[in-house]
Amino acid sequence: MSLSIIGARVIDPASGLDQIIDLHVSEGKLVAMGEAPAGFVAHQTLDASGLVAAPGLVDLSVALREPGYSRKGSIASETRAAAAGGVTSLCCPPQTKPVLDTSAVTELILDRAREAGHCKVFPIGALSKGLEGEQLAELVALRDAGCVAFGNGLSSFGNNRTLCRALEYAATFDLTVIIHSQDRDLAHGGLAHEGPTASFLGLPGIPETAETVALARDLLLVEQSGVRAHFSQLTSARGVQLIEQAQARGLPVTADVALYQLILTDEALIDFSSLYHVQPPLRTRADRDALREAVKSGVVQAISSHHQPHERDAKLAPFGATEPGISSVELLLPLALTLVEDGLLDLPTLLARLGHGPATALQLNTGSLHVGAPADLVLFDLSTSTVAGEAWRSKGQNCPFLGHTLPGAVRYTLVDGHISFSA
Amino acid sequence: MSLPNPAELIDAMAIDLKAYLARRGIESPNYIGIHTGGVWVAQALLQALGSDAALGELDVSFYRDDFSQNGLHPQVRPSALPFEIEGQHLVLVDDVLMSGRTIRAALNELFDYGRPASVTLVSLLDLNAGELPIRPDVVGATLSLQPDERVKLLGPAPLVLERQDLASASSLEESPR
Amino acid sequence: MTPLDAKRPLQLNDQGQLRHFLSLDGLPRALLTELLDTADSFLEVGARAVKKVPLLRGKTVCNVFFENSTRTRTTFELAAQRLSADVITLNVSTSSTSKGETLFDTLRNLEAMAADMFVVRHADSGAAHFIAEHVCPEVAIINGGDGRHAHPTQGMLDMLTIRRHKGGFENLSVAIVGDILHSRVARSNMIALKTLGCPDIRVVAPKTLLPVGVEQYGVKVYTDLEQGLKDVDVVIMLRLQRERMTGGLLPSEGEFYRLFGLTTARLAGARPDAIVMHPGPINRGVEIESAVADGAHSVILNQVTYGIAVRMAVLSMAMSGQTAQRQYEQENAQ
Repeated sequence: MSLSIIGARVIDPASGLDQIIDLHVSEGKLVAMGEAPAGFVAHQTLDASGLVAAPGLVDLSVALREPGYSRKGSIASETRAAAAGGVTSLCCPPQTKPVLDTSAVTELILDRAREAGHCKVFPIGALSKGLEGEQLAELVALRDAGCVAFGNGLSSFGNNRTLCRALEYAATFDLTVIIHSQDRDLAHGGLAHEGPTASFLGLPGIPETAETVALARDLLLVEQSGVRAHFSQLTSARGVQLIEQAQARGLPVTADVALYQLILTDEALIDFSSLYHVQPPLRTRADRDALREAVKSGVVQAISSHHQPHERDAKLAPFGATEPGISSVELLLPLALTLVEDGLLDLPTLLARLGHGPATALQLNTGSLHVGAPADLVLFDLSTSTVAGEAWRSKGQNCPFLGHTLPGAVRYTLVDGHISFSA
Repeated sequence: MSLPNPAELIDAMAIDLKAYLARRGIESPNYIGIHTGGVWVAQALLQALGSDAALGELDVSFYRDDFSQNGLHPQVRPSALPFEIEGQHLVLVDDVLMSGRTIRAALNELFDYGRPASVTLVSLLDLNAGELPIRPDVVGATLSLQPDERVKLLGPAPLVLERQDLASASSLEESPR
Repeated sequence: MTPLDAKRPLQLNDQGQLRHFLSLDGLPRALLTELLDTADSFLEVGARAVKKVPLLRGKTVCNVFFENSTRTRTTFELAAQRLSADVITLNVSTSSTSKGETLFDTLRNLEAMAADMFVVRHADSGAAHFIAEHVCPEVAIINGGDGRHAHPTQGMLDMLTIRRHKGGFENLSVAIVGDILHSRVARSNMIALKTLGCPDIRVVAPKTLLPVGVEQYGVKVYTDLEQGLKDVDVVIMLRLQRERMTGGLLPSEGEFYRLFGLTTARLAGARPDAIVMHPGPINRGVEIESAVADGAHSVILNQVTYGIAVRMAVLSMAMSGQTAQRQYEQENAQ
């Protein structure tokens, strides 16, 4: 199937390209930019004048909820939602039921994702069996089945020695480890950032040190083991400072933040709205501003949605009895465009943080537009806006941005050259 | 039609009340005024009678029949009855008698304190607009008003009656009596 | 915007009257004063032979207690009965909710049985807000205590106690002593004292028992009891729960009593006419010496009496506000 995209403003952050140029796709790959190759016949032509074409978004944290949590979501529904948000590749975390610690579960997920066909799914395997932090999972088998990286979510390892060994083992086979730094004991029982808002509301707090104490330790163990590490879901100013310092002394660690952490603060909790109940928690304005600066400077090179859809009951209870998570992959591009609207980032930088940055962090073969690259693209219209929730594909309605008008609108999402979403 | 002078009315009421109580053979009744205007009238009445008897003050907010429509009155004050009710003769004093519902509420409240021997009702004005079978035993003056007119007693000194037009009145201290 | 600046329109109807009673923040001083004045009237009712008024006759008040409490529950029952309301008390540990019915469904079912008002006590902070906002917006919700967040009726009965024994709040010095971190009573008291104009509000506790950012309530922090009690007019002692010893918050009850327990000797540093308060139940020999709890300065038993009157005022005003709102909406719909 061959396809030509005519007249779009093509932005490819990896190469610095930003011009109006035609794109030609064949057999799932980008075969030419500008003039069509000799003998090229397009079966389909997209008139993209007035639209921006960019590498499809790469979202490092999208919970698909399958297998095991069908009330919250399915691979079909959540990948469809992701495609509507401009995502062409996503990583799903290992917190499934059963846990993603066997090749069987990996294969199931990849099969279902292929069937649904909405976007590429790159599973993140469990670092420890059952995510219990005691025994290593069979990392190589998981890699061979299709896992691209390994993590333990927010569940701590039993002890530092076990963690260190796990990192060393992963390093042996050049595997990437995804680390969510949080000290289990400091965070114990906490529901919100330990600060004036949580104190006022009477919610048990999670101090900033729950992140920084674990992060300091994790960075040192990463250094000792030599493993390639990506730090996910940072929330604090001190946290990004630690990452920056590590990078400055030559440690090749990468990092991402959740998009909502760049927008919301713990002040949003003031009416006990469970829509803002997330883990790790929303922190202060100063933390949010530092995260924003770190994204701007590139210390944090990736923005993810941290998509966690829930059924209605999971959020319909007093705050402490609700489950944490926001469902927002469907809004990834328009919501992220608010960072451009605010003047924090220019458009190419934003697109880098949403595509090239995440792709290189996990060494995924996507995230840039060059001849021969997979034709994973998003085409969007900057002159219009998206009313969040007007159409909604995710099974989870737990999104505090519903009803908001966001800048821009996704028009087409293409995965390997075929249209997975069109507005 | 101009409104009467409360001071003159009260002088006349004092004479009428004395006669009424004498006819009934009631000596030394306990006087109770209904907040706020009734208390002022009762004070003036006691002065006109030359009596130094203690005056009870009754707030009927908790006994009104319009809670479901109008909610709680914003200016609730405690009732203060410095004497026994049980077996006593009472003189209940109010300023403006209209529908009779305030008196109904006052009677219900008094009976929660005890069982009086009798209750004599004294009112400065009777607007002849009773919705319940309640009539004053002693009254200063009877008036008829237009449907959207109200009368208010201002006080405590001097006591003055004021006519109010409901259409332009900002807020009445008490809801329709 | 600090949490204290946040508007809480949820509790008030369109005319600024109370229609839920969830927490004391966001309630204007005039409203709190009105509540205290109304409670004074109900105190007078409580002194009569017939302690009932017909105000809530025909209304149904449902006490829904997800957390055990004999004292708060019985005073709410008494308050509702003295207003002539029909009262149901649901102790959730023995009811269908422990069989897996959600809080949402439990309350919706009760609402369907035509309850006019719910008094709710729950272990989760924000439970009363959740119910008022998402479950039964048409039914008056009274917060009988939610987690660590608020205990507004206790706050107001403490204020009534202070007003009746000290006259007013403008020249007062008040010390709140003990486990502030876990105390919904402390939070409600701090807010009420600030709103009513108390110029010197002190909290006295070790660091482990102070919430982060407690200064936002406009209070002065003391970690030394002697300094904290110097020349105060009112001492409010908080209950220390046994569980605080585990988890590293305190070494022992003994050490806590030595440092923060209210003894006769310590009380001597306060004003000679200082009053001693406690939300109850008291732990003798842990936060307070028996001699003080039973002594001349103690108004602890009076607090219980005031509690009934305050709850009667809250129930009446909230019911009144709900009624007024329905009226207002009907009139404006036409």
